[in-house]
Amino acid sequence: MFEPDIAKKDSSQNIKYSKSKIWWGKVNHFIKELIRCRTAFLGAIIVLFFILVAILAPFIAPHDPLKASIINRLRPPYWMDRGSIDYLLGADEIGRDILSRIIYGTRISIMVGLITVGISGFIGTLLGSFAGYYRGRFDAILSRFADFLLSFPYLIFAIFLMSIVGPGFFNLIVVLCFKSWVNFFRLSRGEMISEKTKEYVEAAQVLGESDIKIIFKEILPNIIHSIIVLATLRVGYFIILEASLSFLGLGIQPPTPAWGSMINAGRDYMLSSWWVSTIPGIALLILVLSINLFGEGLRDILDPRLKLE
Amino acid sequence: MLKINHLCTSFFTYRGIVKAVDGISLELKEGEVLGLVGESGCGKSVTLLSILGLVPYPGKTTDGEVWFKGENLLEKSSNEMRHYRGNRISMIFQDPMTTLNPVFHVGEQIRESLKVHKHGRISKRKEKEKVFQLIKDVGLPSPEQIYYQYPYQLSGGMQQRILIAIALSCKPNLILADEPTTALDVTIQAQILDLLRKINKDIGTGIILVTHDLGVVAEFCQKVAVMYAGKIVETGLVDQIVYEPRHPYTEGLLKSIPKIGNKKNKIHSIPGDVPDLATLPKGCAFYPRCSQHMPECQKNEIPLQKIEKGRQVRCLLFKKL
Repeated sequence: MFEPDIAKKDSSQNIKYSKSKIWWGKVNHFIKELIRCRTAFLGAIIVLFFILVAILAPFIAPHDPLKASIINRLRPPYWMDRGSIDYLLGADEIGRDILSRIIYGTRISIMVGLITVGISGFIGTLLGSFAGYYRGRFDAILSRFADFLLSFPYLIFAIFLMSIVGPGFFNLIVVLCFKSWVNFFRLSRGEMISEKTKEYVEAAQVLGESDIKIIFKEILPNIIHSIIVLATLRVGYFIILEASLSFLGLGIQPPTPAWGSMINAGRDYMLSSWWVSTIPGIALLILVLSINLFGEGLRDILDPRLKLE
Repeated sequence: MLKINHLCTSFFTYRGIVKAVDGISLELKEGEVLGLVGESGCGKSVTLLSILGLVPYPGKTTDGEVWFKGENLLEKSSNEMRHYRGNRISMIFQDPMTTLNPVFHVGEQIRESLKVHKHGRISKRKEKEKVFQLIKDVGLPSPEQIYYQYPYQLSGGMQQRILIAIALSCKPNLILADEPTTALDVTIQAQILDLLRKINKDIGTGIILVTHDLGVVAEFCQKVAVMYAGKIVETGLVDQIVYEPRHPYTEGLLKSIPKIGNKKNKIHSIPGDVPDLATLPKGCAFYPRCSQHMPECQKNEIPLQKIEKGRQVRCLLFKKL
């Protein structure tokens, strides 16, 4: 054997490496970076809080979100005149507790956001990867179809489809996914095209790896970070879109508590009882803002090339 | 072991058909080292990719035969070809930095190449031990540590060794080395060539070494083929080519090597540019740049003719000698 060219490191530093240790190191590093990026950390904490609220809704909601009581009709929040500690954030036009309704509404919002992003991200990335890797006619047809879908304003498109298929949770998810895979498709396709020209792909081909393996095990790990960032930011977007559709009466139907329909219900009482629609609006604002802050921070951590000075 | 007959690979571009490889014939016996020399863009790399059947779009191998161990690779289906790639024939690339996948540990990448062509089930631990052995074989210390390094944590020479380990993982009969030392500095270059030579001797792997460095060729190869504009212009044993080049192009290449201690004279260069492969002149492609050209050179296609044992030249000059 000949002399190795890199015997620089002294052997005392010869630590035993194990895979779990390296994984833990990665997680540790990620959390450290997240804490350093303060706004993102704040966003992450608030998002986590909302998720916990959604999971624990039946245990922490003080009232039944569907139970009306005429005595408490339009009761203002606790800190105002006529407010009661029992109805911390007041009650709506038929006396349902707003806090409980917001807590249950969190479930709808987060579920719509996550499910839609999950499905459309999966479909979009799958199609985008194949289109970017193989190009050709398959890519041309899908890309033109994607351009076609992108040329519609999202909300108007969704209103149009919802009025055809009718409201409901399942229909809402289908309609949102129908267009939203396009963003993931375009991102993964573009990344795939630029990654495909790199030499490690050629090296994998020379090794005799199959195309499927090259796409999913060689290239995808290299582009997954931008897909994760897009997915995070899209969650907030879909929560707003769901709220908009519910506001218009096309999404989740009353009496199921959803933030959008709660805002709509309070519209008529805006001048006399502002809290009925303002408080769900604030909840929506905080959740979506936190998701976006977290997403931006995630982008900085996962893709240092984009970090601004 | 490997016999290439009249291999033609063309690229069908908007500007016309570009014959990147135009009727190349080569032969490589078991355990031999063949140098493939020529300027950038003369079709060396495309020749290698044609052997593996991986010519990128819009290129296509249009004619010829590639016999490897008695089987014509050009007639294989893409699935059958995958069995050859990496397993019986593997390749080493020019730039190790970009050839390794940046997001995986280098050890995992070596293990991956074992997994692609494994027969039957091998336990993960055994595979890892094999990887450690491979890392040791290519002359890297503390394989347990190297296994969990990312490519960017290694130096260029170490990366190239990892690539060689990947290429060796399935004990191939033939290694195609596409300028394996171009991206490395001179001392590392010598070490990598030593490593390749050792592999060649110990395992008896045949090597086709693509390079434009005739110094490397003289040092390392037994046979040489000089390419120009997609054609072989001269082949022969190393000593024949290096000490008595016949083709004016080979001669020019040899003169272009800078010599230590030569301060007065400028480095020799061949005048003119590499010809555009889409619009090649009739007759000899080297004609416009040749110092000894004759009117006959432009008339007809010049054949590759045998002048001595194991020696062929594509030039009309040798008749005069």
